[in-house]
Formats: sequence, C-alpha cells, structure tokens
Amino acid sequence: MSGPQTLFDRIWRTHLVRALPEDVGLVLIDRVLLHERTGGVALKSLQAAGRPVMAPAQTFCTMDHVVDTFPGRTDKTVMPTGTSFITQTRDAAREAGITLFDIGDEGQGIVHVISPEHALVLPGATLVCPDSHTCTQGAMGALAWGIGSTEAEHALATGTLRIARPRTMRITVANRLAPGVTAKDLALAVVAKISASGARDHVVEYAGEGVEALSVEERLTLCNMATEIAAFTAIVAPDDKVFEYLEGRAYAPKGEAWDLALAEWRGLRSDPDAVFDREVTIDAAEISPMVTWGVSPQQGAPIGSAVPDYDAVADRDSREAYDRALGYMDLTPGQPLEGLPIGAAFIGSCTNSRISDLRRAAALLKGRRVAAGVKAICVPGSTRVKHQAEAEGLDRVFLDAGFEWRESGCSMCFFAGGESFGERQRVVSSTNRNFESRQGPQTRSHLASPETVAASAIRGAIADPRKLAPEPV
Amino acid sequence: MEPFSRLTSVAAPLVRANVDTDAIIPSREIRSVSKTGLADGLFAGWRYTEIGGRTPDPAFVLNDPAYAGAQILLGGENFGCGSSREHAAWALAEYGFRAIVAPSFNPIFFNNCVRNGIVPVVLAAERVAVLAAAVAEDPQGRRVTVSLEDMRIAGPDGEPTPFELGDEQREMLRHGLDAIDLTLRWRDEIAAFRQADRSRRPWIYLTAPSPTSRSEVA
Repeated sequence: MSGPQTLFDRIWRTHLVRALPEDVGLVLIDRVLLHERTGGVALKSLQAAGRPVMAPAQTFCTMDHVVDTFPGRTDKTVMPTGTSFITQTRDAAREAGITLFDIGDEGQGIVHVISPEHALVLPGATLVCPDSHTCTQGAMGALAWGIGSTEAEHALATGTLRIARPRTMRITVANRLAPGVTAKDLALAVVAKISASGARDHVVEYAGEGVEALSVEERLTLCNMATEIAAFTAIVAPDDKVFEYLEGRAYAPKGEAWDLALAEWRGLRSDPDAVFDREVTIDAAEISPMVTWGVSPQQGAPIGSAVPDYDAVADRDSREAYDRALGYMDLTPGQPLEGLPIGAAFIGSCTNSRISDLRRAAALLKGRRVAAGVKAICVPGSTRVKHQAEAEGLDRVFLDAGFEWRESGCSMCFFAGGESFGERQRVVSSTNRNFESRQGPQTRSHLASPETVAASAIRGAIADPRKLAPEPV
Repeated sequence: MEPFSRLTSVAAPLVRANVDTDAIIPSREIRSVSKTGLADGLFAGWRYTEIGGRTPDPAFVLNDPAYAGAQILLGGENFGCGSSREHAAWALAEYGFRAIVAPSFNPIFFNNCVRNGIVPVVLAAERVAVLAAAVAEDPQGRRVTVSLEDMRIAGPDGEPTPFELGDEQREMLRHGLDAIDLTLRWRDEIAAFRQADRSRRPWIYLTAPSPTSRSEVA
C-alpha cells in the first residue's frame, strides 16, 4: 500500500500480522497493561484455561481501582471485598511472571499515569488495557485503546488482537487556548461539540496549533476523554516534547536502541495530503472554562453560561433524557452554573492528577481556605507524583487549604461500595464521568478542570478560576 | 460460549440514550474477581428502591411481571458507553439476555457482547421505537425473533428487518467459538512476525525490567 498515509495507517501497517476478511486485522500487541479490577479476572481466567502469557516482560499490572487512598493504607479496603481483588491479582501476576507495581512500590499509581511515567507506552507502539481510558496514552503517539477482559486474555495469550479496522477522524484544534483555559476545558468542549457517540469506531487524531502547543501532560488530559465520544481511541503525532519526556525513563530504550527508535518515531505523522474519513475543526481561542450540568459528559457548557433550555440540546438529547438529567442534578433551565453551591471538591483521576495539574491547582489554593462545609480531596495520580509534589511543598498547600492529601489511585472518581460523597451531594470534580451515582449513590457530579475545582472549593460554589488571582494579595 | 442461531423471546424496552456500564452494573456490585455472581447487581441503581438494597422498584421495566423471562433487551443510542468493564456483559448474560437491540453501541461493549454470546443488533432508532411500542401492548404475547441464520429481526408488527454483523462475529456467535483458539491456529505465523519485528523494532521487546530509572516525574 502506498499513497498518503495517516499516522494510524502507519501504525496499523507495522502491526498487521494477518489481514482477515472484511477489514478485520490480526494486529500485534506490544504492551498489555492490567489493573486489579479487570486485569486480575483476565489473568485468573487465563490461568484456569492453562494458557500462559506470551510476553510477560511486556505485560504490566498496577493496583489503582480498588485500593484505598487513605494515608497508611494496606491490602484492607473500605470497599467491601476489595481485599480479594488486591490479593488475587497479586497472586495471579506473580504466577504469570509479569511486572507488578504493587501497593507501597514507588512505581504504583493509576495505570494511565504510570505508563508514560515509566515509558511503558512508546510512540508507534500498540498498547491495550482492560480500561476504557487507555485512549489517554495516545498522547504519546501510541495506538492505545481500551478493551474488555476477554479481549485482554486474547492479547495476553496470543500477543495479538483481532480488530475491525477503525475509521479515521482528524480533530484540528486551531489557534491556542486563552490564558486560564486548560486542556480539560478543551476536552470537555470537544465532547460537548461532537456528542457522547460522535466519534464511534473512529481513531481520532488530534492535530493543529492548539494541540502542538500543549505539554505532554496536557495532551494526556485531552486524549483521556476520547472514550467519552465513543472513539476507538485518540492519538497525537509524537514530537520533541514527547521524546524529551520519555528519554531516560525506566522502560525507555537506551543508547543505540534509543537512537534507532527516535529515527523511526520522527516519521510517525500523517502525510500532509492524507485523507481522513472525517474532519472536524475546533477553535481553541473560543473556548472558556467548561463545566458539565448533566449526567453525560456531553452535557457541558461554558462556566459563565446557564443550564441550557431544551431547545439548545434537542439535536442531541431526547426530552426524557434532558428532563431526567435536570431532575437528577436538581437544576432548572436558565439557572447560572457559576455560583451553584457545592458540598465537595475532588482533584484526581487519570484525567487530571499529574504533577502539572497539582501545581496549577496549588497555585490557586496557596494562602486560601476551602469554604466551610466543603469536603475537598486531592489524590495524586501516582506515588511518584505524590512524592514529587511533597518535595515541592504542594502537599502543605493542599493541606493548609483544607484539602485531604491522599495516596495515589483512582479513588473517588467512582464509587466502589466504600467511600462516597453522599446522597444528593454536589461535587465539582476533575474526573471524566458525571454518570448517575458514579461518585456515590445519588451524587451530583460536575466535571471541570483542576483549576475550576480549586476555585470552586474556595468559594463553596462553582467558580471561574480566572476570577481568582494566582496569588492572593 | 453457548451457540446462538435463532431466538424468539419477550423483549424488554429500556430505550434510553447513553445507558452506561456503570448503570448496567455499578462498581459497588462488582464484588469478586469473577465473571459470575453479577446478575443480582444488573441495573441495581434503577432496579431496586435503594442503593445496596434488594427491594424491587416496581417502576423499572425488569420488575414488571409483563416482561418476565425477557431474553431480548431494546436499548437506546450509544448503549453500553463508559467503562470497559466486561462485568456489564457478564451480568446481562447471567441474567438471561441473549440479544440487545439498539440504534448504536459503544465499541468496547459491543465486542464484550460478542465474546459472551450476546448478539448486538444495530437497528435504526425509529425501528427500535416501533418495536418497543408494539411489544408494550402485550409483552408475553407479542414476542421478538432475532435470527443469525438469515440475519433478521422480526417484531410482532410486520416484516422482518435485516441487520448487519461482521462475518467473523456472526460465526463466533453462531458456533460459540473461542477467539483465542482460532487465533492460536496461527501461532507459528505470529511467532515469525514477532521475530522479524524484533529486528526492525528491537526497543519494543523487553526482556527484563530496566535497572535504571529517572526519579522525577516531570
């Protein structure tokens, strides 16, 4: 096959072991990542079937979903029966001979945070994980996508997956984000524009000045929410920022291998005349801080706006879905989003828990206090991020402001049966899903950037972070 | 995996857009490292009157005796969005569902269905709405038929409607095939590909954990 190629075409071609009928490909998988909630069951099932892991040195597991994030945590969990996920996953990982980033290890953390941190993910590689937010890692120039546990067993046992070739979609982000507007706001704006199913079965390549200008960590945030538009995954052409980020990390190639890899990675981009099945453009300069008002990530709006009337979303939501969302969230059409009183604030998750996220939130929190009655929690995305933040004194900033400072993990991005924000509690959260009861029974989640979460925690109500000076006077 | 050729059953309508896998099986209902024991937690947040409770909410469709025994679920757009948890498919299968009919599916959920013997039937929203209305008149009497033999779905309202599924997915569902077994038939081909790839991209092939690492995170 010659002619102009997209970045996706290049990776597909490199990995195609066998072309099957109807554009299904048997595709080589370079990395399999697992965690204790969906990975342990895959390993156990594989072992029960007597099937070994084909490439254990290229398979990694972490504890992030079920493990507690309270200081001094152990295998015991607030989630009932959580301990069994931890111990059984640990046993299965040992038996399979794969690398485990266990509780207490410096390398432990949320799978999509530690993977770039250790350079488990590499440009041009294929990487799968039984976790929908695996698309996050496309920010490194890899083809990384989420799968189910049975598919994970297939990848583990055969080193391949059978996949229907996805279509391609380029989202060009023109111009740059305005000061005070973040990659999370861009991600939420994309979901609001494209809809929760708008990129179904497409590999989304994020391109354009607005993407090139983002740091690696900001790109991870942007790609994280590709699953919220039902994309197969997202990807960004790797550049010097990515290469500099990776060089020297634990599993990055070294010496001659690095040079060889780098030469190949520099060619990982779409040809100028490559044709995508769909093209979408979004103007970064027109985006302002975003916050969701409903129970789907597509139900988001600029923070300075009001809960939309039904007519404004009629192309997207049925009347029933709209009414149901407003009823659940206890909102009325026309009600301003800014100023809605909140009961809780959460900074964390695979979307926004990296060191740059914590630095930007801390810059707003420094010298300020969380409003009375607001439960505020910060959960670093990895143990390394936590230790780095502590070395910079950020933990003191969060603690002095009235935030809890936790051990790393997915924590209260979702309710697992243990800790909850409480019924009908309104939470501003740096996470990626505002589904009904996602963060606790009947909890009302508003997705936003870490800056918006910090500003809202201080005010005790949804607040525009641009209205807070970086340092209080 | 149980083979599927043709099924005639009561169909239960849950025609809402964006039914997510947290709704299908909430995290709190995933209690063990297992693919079973999940049917009780299916749609727990909607099915029971309170979180963690087991008192049926009579307003929820699966608690309506008229829909007892339903093996076909009628859903809305983007069915199964959100988390990749296969527990959603396992819970649906264990409860007894063998087919889900919706205008569109989340891609990960779609694959999870196929791998667990549930037929995902993509059908235009208008047709799903017509089916839902037709079965509602007499759910036990007005049944729906899904056939992989002729790739058609027939409601009580008239002509069967064709639907599409990839040949491979159709064959796996029809014969209850295990994808790993099929792929391992090409074991040698995969090994040869890996060997050639190893000389082309040696950095991909790790042999042991790296001894050195940078300590900072950014």
